[in-house]
Order: sequence, then C-alpha cells, then structure tokens
Amino acid sequence: MSVLSVNNLSVSYQDKNIISNLNLEVQHGEIVALFGASGGGKSTILKAIAGLLEQVTGKVKIGEQQVLSAKINLPAEKRHTGLIFQDYALFPHLTVAENVAFGLQKLSRDERVQKVTEMLALIKMADYAQHYPHQLSGGQQQRIAIVRALACQPTILLFDEAFSNIDPKLRFELITDIRNLLKSQKISALFVTHNQDEAFAFCDRIAVVNQGRIEQVDTPAQLFNAPATQYIAEFLGEGLWLQSRIKSANVLATPFGEADYLGKQCLSEFIGKTGLIYLRPHQFTLAADANSKLQVHNERFIGECYESLLQWQQQSIKVKTPTSFLHQTVSLNINTQITKVFFE
Amino acid sequence: MKILSFLLLAVVTLPSFAKDDTVNIYSFRQAFLIEPILQQFTEQTGIKTKVVFAEKGLIERIKREGKYSPADVVLTSNFSKLLQLSDENLTQAFNHADINANIPAHFRDQNGHWVALTKRIRNIYAAKTRVASPFTLSYEDLAKPEFKGKICTRSGKHPYNLGLVASMIAHHGEAQTKTWLLAVKENLARKPQGNDRAQVKAISEGLCDVSLGNSYYFGKMITDPAQKAWADSVHIIYPNQQNRGAHVNVSGAAVAKHAPNKQNAIKLIAFLASEQAQQAYSSLNFEYPVNPQVKPADLVASWGEFKEDTLPLTKVAENRSAALKLIDGVKFDL
Amino acid sequence: MSSVSQTNVQQQTGKSLVASLFSACKQLKKIHVSTLLLALILAAPLISISIEAFAPNSDTFAHIQQTVLADYVINTCLLALGVSILVISIGVPLAWLIAICDFRFKGFFQWALVLPLAMPAYIVAYTYTDLFDYAGPIQTNLRNWFGWQSATDYYFFDIRSLPGAIIVLALVLYPYVYLMVRAGFLEQQANLTHVARTMGYSPTKCFFKVSVPVARNAIIASTALVLMESIADFATVKYFAVSTLTTAIYDTWLGYYDLAAAAKLSIIMVAGIFILLYFERLQNGKKQTHNDAKLSAQKLVYQLNKKQSFAAFCFCSLILLVSFVAPLIILADYAIDYFSQAWNDKLLQFTLNSLIIAALTAIIAIVFSLLLNFSLRIKPNKLHKSSLKVASSGYAIPGTVMAIGVLIPLAFLDNQINALAESLNLSAPGLLLSGSFIAIVLAHSIRFIAIANKGIEASYSKVSPSLDMVAKTMGQTSFNIFRKVHFALIRKSVLVAGLLIFVESMKELPAALLLRPFDYQTLPTYVFQYASTEQLEIAALGAIIIVVVGLIPLIVINRSIEKN
Repeated sequence: MSVLSVNNLSVSYQDKNIISNLNLEVQHGEIVALFGASGGGKSTILKAIAGLLEQVTGKVKIGEQQVLSAKINLPAEKRHTGLIFQDYALFPHLTVAENVAFGLQKLSRDERVQKVTEMLALIKMADYAQHYPHQLSGGQQQRIAIVRALACQPTILLFDEAFSNIDPKLRFELITDIRNLLKSQKISALFVTHNQDEAFAFCDRIAVVNQGRIEQVDTPAQLFNAPATQYIAEFLGEGLWLQSRIKSANVLATPFGEADYLGKQCLSEFIGKTGLIYLRPHQFTLAADANSKLQVHNERFIGECYESLLQWQQQSIKVKTPTSFLHQTVSLNINTQITKVFFE
Repeated sequence: MKILSFLLLAVVTLPSFAKDDTVNIYSFRQAFLIEPILQQFTEQTGIKTKVVFAEKGLIERIKREGKYSPADVVLTSNFSKLLQLSDENLTQAFNHADINANIPAHFRDQNGHWVALTKRIRNIYAAKTRVASPFTLSYEDLAKPEFKGKICTRSGKHPYNLGLVASMIAHHGEAQTKTWLLAVKENLARKPQGNDRAQVKAISEGLCDVSLGNSYYFGKMITDPAQKAWADSVHIIYPNQQNRGAHVNVSGAAVAKHAPNKQNAIKLIAFLASEQAQQAYSSLNFEYPVNPQVKPADLVASWGEFKEDTLPLTKVAENRSAALKLIDGVKFDL
Repeated sequence: MSSVSQTNVQQQTGKSLVASLFSACKQLKKIHVSTLLLALILAAPLISISIEAFAPNSDTFAHIQQTVLADYVINTCLLALGVSILVISIGVPLAWLIAICDFRFKGFFQWALVLPLAMPAYIVAYTYTDLFDYAGPIQTNLRNWFGWQSATDYYFFDIRSLPGAIIVLALVLYPYVYLMVRAGFLEQQANLTHVARTMGYSPTKCFFKVSVPVARNAIIASTALVLMESIADFATVKYFAVSTLTTAIYDTWLGYYDLAAAAKLSIIMVAGIFILLYFERLQNGKKQTHNDAKLSAQKLVYQLNKKQSFAAFCFCSLILLVSFVAPLIILADYAIDYFSQAWNDKLLQFTLNSLIIAALTAIIAIVFSLLLNFSLRIKPNKLHKSSLKVASSGYAIPGTVMAIGVLIPLAFLDNQINALAESLNLSAPGLLLSGSFIAIVLAHSIRFIAIANKGIEASYSKVSPSLDMVAKTMGQTSFNIFRKVHFALIRKSVLVAGLLIFVESMKELPAALLLRPFDYQTLPTYVFQYASTEQLEIAALGAIIIVVVGLIPLIVINRSIEKN
C-alpha cells in the first residue's frame, strides 16, 4: 500500500519550470531518499508535496487522501505531513515541551501533556522539557523536531537535509536512532539529501534526482552496483570510465585485462561491441612490477588504506591499496566482477 | 590641549554681546507681535534689536546664564512673570524721567525693577443670539446654574485665568473661590482647551454660549478676515461693572540684572512707554495703553468705557500660588 | 571686598579648569576613560535634573500628588498603552504584508508606508483638528447634507481628546514598528512557518502563533521607542488638552515655579520607563528569538489571491491616507492659498538652520554611539555596558526638560569659560555654548542617540568576534579593527540610524524653542509660532518643507533595509 503517490508533478516558479512530470511512490513504512546534487530541485519536490508552494500541478495522494489534482489543492495544514529541516526549525520562543505540543492544539490539556511526555520518552529527553531550543545541542534539537512532527501523527514525514547540520561523529548514531524509531512506529518518510552516506544509512530506497527529474529509484545496493545512468554512476562516487569490448556474455576485455561480467542485463546481443564500464578505486588492485610503465606518483594515507594516484593515457587513476606504492612502478588489475555496461 | 587652544581662539575672536548699537530682548511674547514696534525703535534710535522668544523656560535660561547672560530687556505677557523675575533677583532697578512721566506709579515697581506697558482686560464673551441682553455679567455669574454646559475656556492654569482666579481669592477668600471654581467647572461645555480665540470660535459654532478671553483678541479676530465671523457672533462684555470692575492684567518689561547694554535697555523701555509705541500697541495689538496720555485705538475704544478692578496687582500676585493649587484641587482641567 | 574675593574664586576655578582640561586631554587617549567622559556628557542632562530634584523640598509635589497626579499618571498610562496597542496593530500587520506577502503595488507601499515618520505629530494634530473641527469641511458638509443647525443637533467625535491624541501619535509613530518588525520578519526562517503549516496551522494562525512571537524582540524594541516618544510628547497632548505627566512636569516647573518638583517628576517618569524595560528584558532573558542568519536564505512568500490582494491594498492605502496623504493635502491646500503670506527669504534661512542642526545632530549622535559601542566591544565590562544604557536614557525625557538639562551644565561651563577669560585678562566671550545653536545640537543628540545605540548595538552583535581576533593576530590596532572591519560591516545600520536621527531632529521643537540664540529660527519653531496662534494656514508651507526634507532620507533608509 502506498502512503505517498506522486503523478506528473510539475512545479514552476516565476514562470520557469523547475520540476516537470515527476512520479514517485512511497510504500507504507518505507523510508525513501530523494538524493541528488544541491540545487537539483529536491527540496522543491518536498515542499510541493507538503503544499507549501504555489504553481504546482499534477496529482499527489497522501495516504487515502487526494491532496492535489486538477480540482483539489489542499493547503499545507490539511495534508497531514510532518516536516523536518536542516535548521531544526524549532520555535525559539517556546520550550521543548511547548514545541512538541505545538501541533496538538485539538487535544485536551491532559492528553497534550501525556502525549508530550510520551514523545520525549521516545527519544529519552524527558528531562529537557522546560529547556529552550538554544540550550540544546544540534542532535538534541533535531530529535525534538522529529518527535514534534511525530506527535501530530502525520501520514508521512518529510526530511529536508535533516542531518547535515549534525556533527559527523554523532550523525550516524542519530540516523540509526531515528531509523529505528521510524521503523518501530511504522512511519513512512521521504528524505531529501545530497549526502550519499546519509541516504544509504537512512533509507530503504533511493530516488536519484537530476535537474528536476528522477533518474532511478532503487535500493542502495542496486543503485551503487548497477546505476541506471552514467550520471548516477559518477554521482555515487568517483571512478574511471573504461572502454571495454564484450568478448562473450560474461567476459569483458578491458585495457587492464579481462574481467567477468555478472550484471542483470544480458550481453549476448552486444558481443563484439564496445561499451563503457565504470570502475571505482576499490575495484582495482596494484602489484609491484618493475617492467610496467605505470608509476604511482602520489599517494594519500586515509587510515584504513592508501589512495594511490597513477597517470594513464592522460587520465588519472585512483586506486585503494593496503600498502604504500609511492614512486614504484606497478601493474594494475581489476579485482571485481563488472555489474553494469553502458552503451552509447 | 587642542580643546583649550580652540577655546582660547574662540575667546579672542568671538564678538562680545556688549555692543553699543544693540539691545538683546528675551521675550515671552511672540516675536512677530512686537516686531513692528521694535522696528520703529530701531528707526528712531539706530539701536538694533535682537530677540529670543520662548513661552517656556526663559526665566530658567536667564537664571542659569548668570552674570554673562546677554539679556538686556525681558518682555513678559503677564504680571506674574514680572514679579517672578524680580523675586528671583534677575532684574535691576532703573530710573528714567520719561518712563516715570509716561507710566503711572501704580504700574511701576516700587523699587524700579519693572514697568507695565499695556493693560489687558479679562473679558467675558457672550453669544449674541443665545445670551439674553442686557449683557451685564460678572465673573461670579459664571457659577450660576443657568450657564450649565454653556461655558468655554482655555486651561485654568494659563496665566490669564490664573490671574483672574487669584483676584477672586483676593476678593472672596479661598473657600468661596473654590466653591465658585467648582461651579464654573460644572458649567463647562467641554474640557478646558485651546487659546482664548478658540473659545470664541466655539461660541460661533454653537458649542457654548459664554467664554473667557482677553480684550485684545476681539480686535485681532475682527481684523482677521478668516476669524471675523467668530467675533461677529459674540458680544464683548466687561464684567463686574456694577461692583468692583473688570480684572486687569498687564504686559511689561524689566531690565535684566546683568544686562550688557543697560542704557539701551532703558532706552527701549522708555520708547515702549512713549506715546508713539503705546499708540502702536493699541492700534496693532488692540491693547489698552498704560500711558494715560494715549487714548486707546478707535476700534478698542469702540468697545466702550468700563470700570477697572483697582485691586493692586501685587495682591493678585500674592494669591497666584493659592489659585494654582485651587485649580489643581478642583481638577479644573481634567 | 566681595568683588575681590569673587575674582579670586574665579581665578581659582579658572586654573582648576585648565588643569582638569589638560588631564582630560591626556586621559582621552585611553579609550575607556573617554567612554566614561562621553557617557558623562550624554548623561549630563539627566544628572543635572537629578541634582535639581534634590533641591530643598517644597510642598508642590505633595500638593500635586494629592490632587491631580493620579489623573496625570492614568492619562499617561492610557496614552502609552493606547499608542502601543495601535502602533502594533497597524505596524505589525503592515510589516507582515510587505515582508511576506506578494500583492499589487506592494513595491510602492513598501517605501511609502515609512513616510509618516517625516510628519511631526503636532502638525498632524493641527491638520486633523482643522479637518474634524466644527468648522472643518467634514462637519460643515455633514451639516449641509442633513440640515443640522449647530453642534447641539448631532453627535460628532471630538478629535481633541485622549483617543484623538492616541490616534494621531500612533499614525506618525507606527513606521518605527513597521520598519523594525519588517526587518525582523525578513530575517525570520521560512521553515518555522512551514513546519507550523504542516502541523495544521493556517497562514493566519501561523502569523499569530509563529511570525509574531518570533519577531517579539523587534516588536518590543520598536514599541518601546514609540512608548518613550509618546510619553515624552508635549505639543500634541497639550493641543488636545490631554493632561499627562509631561503636563505635570511643566505645571510644577512653570506654574508652581518649582523646578525641583518638576525634576523629581521627570526622574520618576524616566525611572518608570527603565523599570518597565528592565522587567521586560528580565522576562525575556531565557528566550532567544534570533536565528542563525546564514540558514535563512529562503524567504517565506505568500502569493495573495485577488480578494486578499485587494484587501491588503485597501489596508495599506487607508493607513497611508490617514497618516500622511490627508495631512499633507490639507497643508498643501493652505500652503498654496497663503503662499504669498507665508513665503519669505527668511524661510530659506530657517530651512538651512534646521538642516545644519539635523545634520550635526546625526553626525554627533552617530560618532558618540559608535565610540560607546566600540569600547563595549573591545572591553565588554559593566562600566561600558551601563555607559551605553545611560546614554540611551535621553529619549524618554520630554524635550523641554531635556533643554533645561542641557542648559544647566552648558551655562555652568560658559560661566567657567568667561571666568577663565577674565582671569587671563581677556574680554569675556559671552555664552559660547548655552547661547548658541551648539546647545540645540547637543540637546537633540542626547535625546536621539538612543536610536543610534539601538541600531548599532543590534548590528554589532551580528559581527562575529572571531573577526576581531583575526584582525588582532594580523597586527591591526584597535582603531584599525574598528575602521577596516567593524565600520565596514555595520555601516549600513549606521547610515540608517543617522538618517532616522536626521529626520527626528528636523521635526524636534522644544529644545530649539528654549535654547536658540537671538533671532534664530528653525523650521519647527517657525511653524509652531503660527500654528500655536491658530494660524495653521501660514505655518503650512514651513510644515511641508519639514516633511519634504524628511522624505529623502526615509526613502534611503527603506532601500537599505530592503537590501539587507
């Protein structure tokens, strides 16, 4: 059952199309990321769904409720969404408890108090009820913002770069906490981010947004291993494009030797043709080789390994190696199966 | 160091206020009211006049300026200010034969610190159409129930009304005056506001039937095309003609204690007391001359002969503070 | 004998003055001493008035207390309360409409709504009295239509009343609220409203529950300015026959000849305002309503539909009409009809006088305020903090009381200077300070420096202290840090404050009235002299010049706020 379904959503601003004909589904209890570069229109999609923008067309259904269609355009206050922002957007003039109670104006006083207590207990922050937002850390503020939204029992939670202001060391702890919270409460969420790690850690599925269009929606692993487009491949991490010839349905001839193919797409009809494969630094291995013309001219120690830089045919190749190869001549081998080939 | 040298430079270069050909005037009266007369003075004597006009705080200014005050002459619009000046030791005695000849002794300070220059009567103005003749009213009549909701006046604490209330105290005592004031307050058509002219305007608009106002305003309204209609709607009444006579106040002049141009100051006052200036006061400002040789201007004279209250002004001044307290006590203005 | 000893005393005071001047100059190099000196100059009127308040007691105060004081206090409170409520209910919705909403002619209203600030309140009082009076066009026409004969035939509200005074003061003072709250709304995070919307709040409810509470500081700060201004007002309430505490101050001083009692009343009034502001700050201490400005790049915008757009247009038009256009038309009407009577060469001179005073006032107030703020910045100790607070107290002092407060120390200094001159066998220079327009400039500066302090303080708080540290590590002197870093970053608010002070100083009447030199007029004194004798028609031309001169700076102010 889908909790959010978006059909042909278009948004324009000052007569310029920002989003056109966007389609998206979020299933019940599912966390979906809208992932893309900054300025790609992700937040616009979120606000259009929440009902905070003018000049939006298409169809949006939240839960059982049609909130946008040719005839209907419900205002934000009637769409039952919950918004969580990068800057927390806690009301600075209200205490933590008052913030959480903000959306509960229809409840009686007692119910309200109970709900607030319950919500704060959920994030183990009952002691902070009478604090003001500026007295809390970023992570605490964001937790409050999330339970404030949860308290209203929204059909779907909308996260707008919600974790990017949090200290990186605490960020993934928070993300795990929130993910567990949402999963335990069976809350659906749409999460806008430009940070791949956050998207991978937080979401069940990821929709990659590029210039107002969704290029692919898939699980993090599928997205990473078999990106639908070259844009996505590059966007998910730096790497090297290599021309490769299809030797057989499961063997490719690359400039660095043969590699096995194990992708979903059947390559039988492409045998003999040339395609592009995308290889990331961890997919290569180096070995010392006095006869090779390749030399590591630069390297960077990054903790768990080294990043070695080689120069090959005017291209720079980055390889992750367990040991230092600096100033050595080396041979380069592909150490993984290939899962995706792009054809022109 | 810079500041000091600047000061010294200023000391050397700045002109002193003591100059042979000027007289410095601190005036409680609007400058443009006395300007024509001052012009005549300059034409006659070659002495230039410089004026500072302020309704409020001028006495404080003279006091604080102390011995270096540039003030030569202080012109006031009522008697109590004259007295305050001399009481606060801000004036000096002067003696000039012409002044003594032109101004009767009871309009001069015994110690020669000030002289009165013009007389103004505290009149009652009555609506022609609504107040029955004969128009013989006394200040005491204003307390009568028949005037309920029909009286307009400016603030009770304005010096003109203050003088009147003080004279009432001198005649009737505090207790009786308080009763009178309360009754007048009860009779007011509206909260005291505006100036004397505004009250006549209110009569012409039908807001009230009688008002208090100084005599010269009648002349000013008659000669102002925009205000003539107001004046035309009222009779000017000289109160208490059957008994003690109408309350008189005076405008006057004093020589400042530290006047840098004392001789010029005296010359100016002598001029203001002269027939020429007294005539001008009457014809330009419609006031009553204090100089007995000068007859009031025709317009002023046309309002009729009348009897003045002979109560010495010092008696009025003595009761001024009590009057103010009474007015506040009955919340006249509130 | 007595004259000899007097000269002696004078010589001694002269010498001690030289000595103290010298030492003052030496110490001037130390910034905190100069700050103290500055605060002392700015507090001089308050100090002199306080000293006066301790003069031997008379029974005046007791008498006033027993009779009319309660009424005066009630009237003052009602006036302050009424004006505050009215400026908030006019200024805040206007600020919200212009900052957040999009509708036709918004661009025009955005700056036009600031214009009433150029209108002196007493002028609006005069014009509205003319308009709504019995003889005014409105009542005359009503009488003609309905065939009424006199005032007794019908009811018509009395503009010369407490409500009238409240309305008139609010009409010219609301732009303070409008300007400051608009800036507050512009700074506000759009996300706050967005969140509230998703939690079931309609835009209108968001306005009351989010926008207004979050802009609380701006609302309170601007209303406090308005409150002080309306409490200090004398001309308008006097004209409308509303007795307030200023009336009491004037009565005790000029009626009862009791400066001490008047000073006491002034001190009580100023203290009352301080307590009010302090209490407010105390309550507000825990809450923090300003946001990190970096994150609020997004602006909240409501596109109004046709109906809403029309309503917004009507509201803005109405306010502009009654606060500015109508009085201006009345003035213009008089000015044209009576042009030949009103126009003379002196009017140009008066305009020039006013311009010079206003410009000097703005410059001095800004320089003083910058120095105070800067020394607080580099040495944030209690002394500097309280210096700044004391320096802002002048705004609450009624103009004439301020004039006396300036006159007392200046006249004292003048006497010292003359004594010094005489002791050096030079001719006495006369009254250099108290008898010149310097006194007026000083009175205006002290009265209006609060405006500069508020603006510059707020702007300074946004300059990160790390900038100072960086500059210091790069070997910059304090002065250079101020010049190259601080001033560069806060110059916009300095400009705005300076222009506001300029406009206020153009309008200010009482100090000039009392302190002016011989034959010296400013535009307000010129206007007052006619208007107070019910000759508004002749005063109108001068009033229009005051307004027009004020317009240009106001438009610049508005521009620079909008760009921020």
